[in-house]
Amino acid sequence: MIQIQLTLNEKPLTIQVEEGETLLEMLRERLDMTGTKRGCEVGECGACTVLIDGVPTDSCLYLAALADGKHVLTIEGIEQNNELAAIQKTFVEMGAIQCGFCTPGYIMTSYALLQKNLHPTADEIRRALAGNMCRCAAYGQIIEAIQAAGDLMEKQSGTDVNRQEEL
Amino acid sequence: MYSVEKLYRPSSVEEALDILDKDPGTLPLAGGTDVIVTMRKKRPKNVKLLSLAGIEQLKGVFKMADGTVSIGPMTSFTGIAGDPIIQQKYPMLATAALSMGGPQIQNVATIGGNVCNGAVSADSAPSLFALDARIVLQSVSSERIVAIEDFYLGPGKVAKEKNELMTRILIPPHESFFGGTYIKFSTRKAMDLAILGTAATCTIDEKQKICKVTIALGVAAPTPIRCPKAEAFLTGKLLDRDMLEEAGRLAVLEASPRDSWRASKRYRTGLIQELTGRALEEAYRRAGGRIYDTDSVDIK
Repeated sequence: MIQIQLTLNEKPLTIQVEEGETLLEMLRERLDMTGTKRGCEVGECGACTVLIDGVPTDSCLYLAALADGKHVLTIEGIEQNNELAAIQKTFVEMGAIQCGFCTPGYIMTSYALLQKNLHPTADEIRRALAGNMCRCAAYGQIIEAIQAAGDLMEKQSGTDVNRQEEL
Repeated sequence: MYSVEKLYRPSSVEEALDILDKDPGTLPLAGGTDVIVTMRKKRPKNVKLLSLAGIEQLKGVFKMADGTVSIGPMTSFTGIAGDPIIQQKYPMLATAALSMGGPQIQNVATIGGNVCNGAVSADSAPSLFALDARIVLQSVSSERIVAIEDFYLGPGKVAKEKNELMTRILIPPHESFFGGTYIKFSTRKAMDLAILGTAATCTIDEKQKICKVTIALGVAAPTPIRCPKAEAFLTGKLLDRDMLEEAGRLAVLEASPRDSWRASKRYRTGLIQELTGRALEEAYRRAGGRIYDTDSVDIK
C-alpha cells in the first residue's frame, strides 16, 4: 500500500491505495464515488474521464498512486452551492442524454473545454470530445448543450468570465 | 486492480537509473496508456513498475546552442503539440501528436513512451525518422546516442536495454529553406491507428533545387522505415509531378506492407504510392518550393 495526499473535489484527502489500483477503482470502490463510470477500461470510451490538474484524463489508465499531490475533479465536484453546474443544466434541458452512461465523462471533458473557451465552435467541440463515445449517439444535442452552457456561464457571471478570458 | 508488486516513483533520472540497476525486471512506466492496456489484456503477476511521471528533467522541449532541438521523452503529446519550438520549427510533429488517440490519451501519453513501445503504427515515428532524430539512452554506467532508425529493431522491439532509460530525443538542426509534413491515413479522424503514416521533409536551395529530402513510412514494414532509394532519386533535382509519381513507385519497392484487418497489402501499396507524392509535394511547398504544372504550360 502507498499513502497519498491529493485534493479531491477541492477537499484535501489522505488515503492508502494499492500499487496496482487505478484512480477509477479508488474513486468507485474505495470512496463510493460511482459518478465516474467504468466503460471500456482501455482508454477508448472516455466514460471514466476526470480532470487531473484541470486536464481531462481517463481514470481507468491512471494509477491512483500517481495522483499524489494532484488536484482531481470528478462529476461529484462540479456543483456549485448545491446547484447543478451550467453544463449539467443544459445537458438535461437539451436532452443531451439518452441512457446517461457516457454523460459524466462528457460533462467533465466539456467542463474543461468551457474553462478554456466559453464559445467553442461545433468543430472545436468535436475535436475536444473526440475521446468520448456516446453509443446512443446523442451527439447533436451534446454539441448544442455545450454551446448553450457557454452562453449560460457568460450570463451567470459576466465580470468573472471576462477576467478568465484575460487570463 | 492490477497485480503490481512494487511501484517506484523517483524524482530524478539518477534515482530511476539506480532502481533499474538494482531491481532488474522493473518496467519503466511513462504515460501508461500502452502499459496499462497491455496489463489489462495479459494480466501479468507481480509487476514492478517505475513511474517516470515525477521526473521533471524528462519533460519539456528546448533548443541547444547548435540549433539541435532537445525533446524530453516524458513530454505529453498535448505538450508536444502546444510547444512553441515544435510549432515553429517542426509543426509536422505537432500534427502527428494531435493525430494520436484522443485528447484524454494525448494529455498523458508521452512521445518517449510512444517510441519505446516500438509499435509500427506509432504516430510520432515517421516524423522522427524523417527528421533524423537521435535517441539518448542512459544507464547507471553509460550514455549512448542511437539513430532512430537503429532504435527500432522489430515489431514491439527497440534497442533500449532493460537497465537503460531514454533521456532525450534530439532533432539535429535543419536549414532555413526547410519544410516537413506528416499525413496519417486512418478510417477515423481520432481514436484510430494509422493504416499508413507518411512523413516527408525537404530542404531546397535558392533555385528551389532539392538539397536534402527524407521520406519515412509507418505501417509499411515491420518497423517504421526510411525510403533511401526514393530520396536519392529526388536529391539535386527540381520537383515536378512525374517525379512525385516515380518517388511513390520507388517507395513502394522499399516497403513491405502486410495484410491486416485494417487494410489489405494491396490497399496499403496504393496508399504508399499516392501519399508519398502528396507528402513530398507539401513538404516541398512548405520549404518554399513550387511545382510548375507542365500541363498548364501545354494548354498555353
